[in-house]
Amino acid sequence: MKPAPFKYIAASSLDQALALKAEYGEEARFLAGGQSLIPAMNFRLARPAVLIDINGLADLAGIDGSGAEIRVGALTRYHVLEHNQDFLKACPLFADALPHIAHPQIRNRGTIGGNLSHADPASELPALAVAMGARMQVRSSRGKRELAASDFFVGLLSTDIKSDEMLVEVTFPKQALRSGSCFMEIARRRGDFAIAGVAAIVTLDPDHRCSDIRLALCGVGETPVDASGVLASLVGRTCTDEALDEAAIAVNEAIEPSGNVHASADYQRHVAGVLTRRAITTAYRRAGHAA
Amino acid sequence: MLPDRHDIELSVNGKAYRRGVEARMLLSDFLRHELQLAGTHVGCEHGVCGACTVLLDGLPVRSCLMLAVQANGHELTTIEGLAAGEELHPIQQAMHEHHGLQCGYCTPGILMTMRAFLDENPTPSEEEVREALSGNLCRCTGYQNIVDAMLAAAQAMRTAAP
Repeated sequence: MKPAPFKYIAASSLDQALALKAEYGEEARFLAGGQSLIPAMNFRLARPAVLIDINGLADLAGIDGSGAEIRVGALTRYHVLEHNQDFLKACPLFADALPHIAHPQIRNRGTIGGNLSHADPASELPALAVAMGARMQVRSSRGKRELAASDFFVGLLSTDIKSDEMLVEVTFPKQALRSGSCFMEIARRRGDFAIAGVAAIVTLDPDHRCSDIRLALCGVGETPVDASGVLASLVGRTCTDEALDEAAIAVNEAIEPSGNVHASADYQRHVAGVLTRRAITTAYRRAGHAA
Repeated sequence: MLPDRHDIELSVNGKAYRRGVEARMLLSDFLRHELQLAGTHVGCEHGVCGACTVLLDGLPVRSCLMLAVQANGHELTTIEGLAAGEELHPIQQAMHEHHGLQCGYCTPGILMTMRAFLDENPTPSEEEVREALSGNLCRCTGYQNIVDAMLAAAQAMRTAAP
């Protein structure tokens, strides 16, 4: 058998799952889709003493778009997001990004909460969450709290979640009027980890000038990188070559890719710059059509 | 640590099974070793190669990335459940006719992936077939004959059920 021995508990309620996590702490892991945790256990890179299976907690899965924002339960699988047209319309960055996430077999099992809690910096969803300004709803037996996505990811494969807490829901703002977005990434093969990926959201004023820009990258640092702040010079401008050049340079200065076996740090920077230009261009165009 | 054992009940290819399993037993190993359904192949055992793909409640999943205990109460379909008795499923027939396999190791995973894909998308383009195949590695064929087979299978399935 591949994984080391562990005690398996199928939780029958969220309260029970949280009580168990409070009891076992770092010894225990929640099992959601298992598409990152089980491989790590098969390699024995992860050897949790206790697995708390939350797949039976139906209340943790689902999409609620009835309010001003969209609430997505942590146990919602990629497959469900991919097939929910209302969700994709309200959060079109997902329509771009979901096909890049692994393969269909993985998307049938993997969950949004598991992905975000795993906090792989090469993963697409953390960058989407940061670009969109998502808010993470976290629960424990002690109570609940809300974190901005930008405060949630604190390092390589690590989040601000404490040992007794669970990410239970993610709140995404619906795409604003006169806004357009675009996600692009380059990977060696479809479904592989990104050499670099860019999520951009551009909002235009009535004169088709940029009034707000949000941009985050995956695959080029230890966490998703929020480059929105360094792109402030685009505000008030149209999508010119000059503006795009400035944006690519600003993003290049904001990232610290480490390079890996598939791509040197210089190549990652190059790809990040090219994708920044392309994603912003597409987001401008889409925002123009939405205006 | 004493083995953590659990009783599970599940349906595989329409047949009900009840077994006791250790918590850490992967679903792929359970199918092969406990149920003697060795048509599900095990390649990388970390979710990359796709050889172990089975249908869980109709959707293709990696059986090496699930615990057997998690399949409790669910319906599985494996490669052994694809043909109708002696009659090959159209995608099996098409793989045969188009020489879509050589060593055959990846084939069960590809067939299970494609069965669900063609049920959902009966009129795929070549690009869509290639996209749907992206999670299944084949080191023999170069994929071309598999793609040809799947386009032919889609055609055959449309003809059979217009």
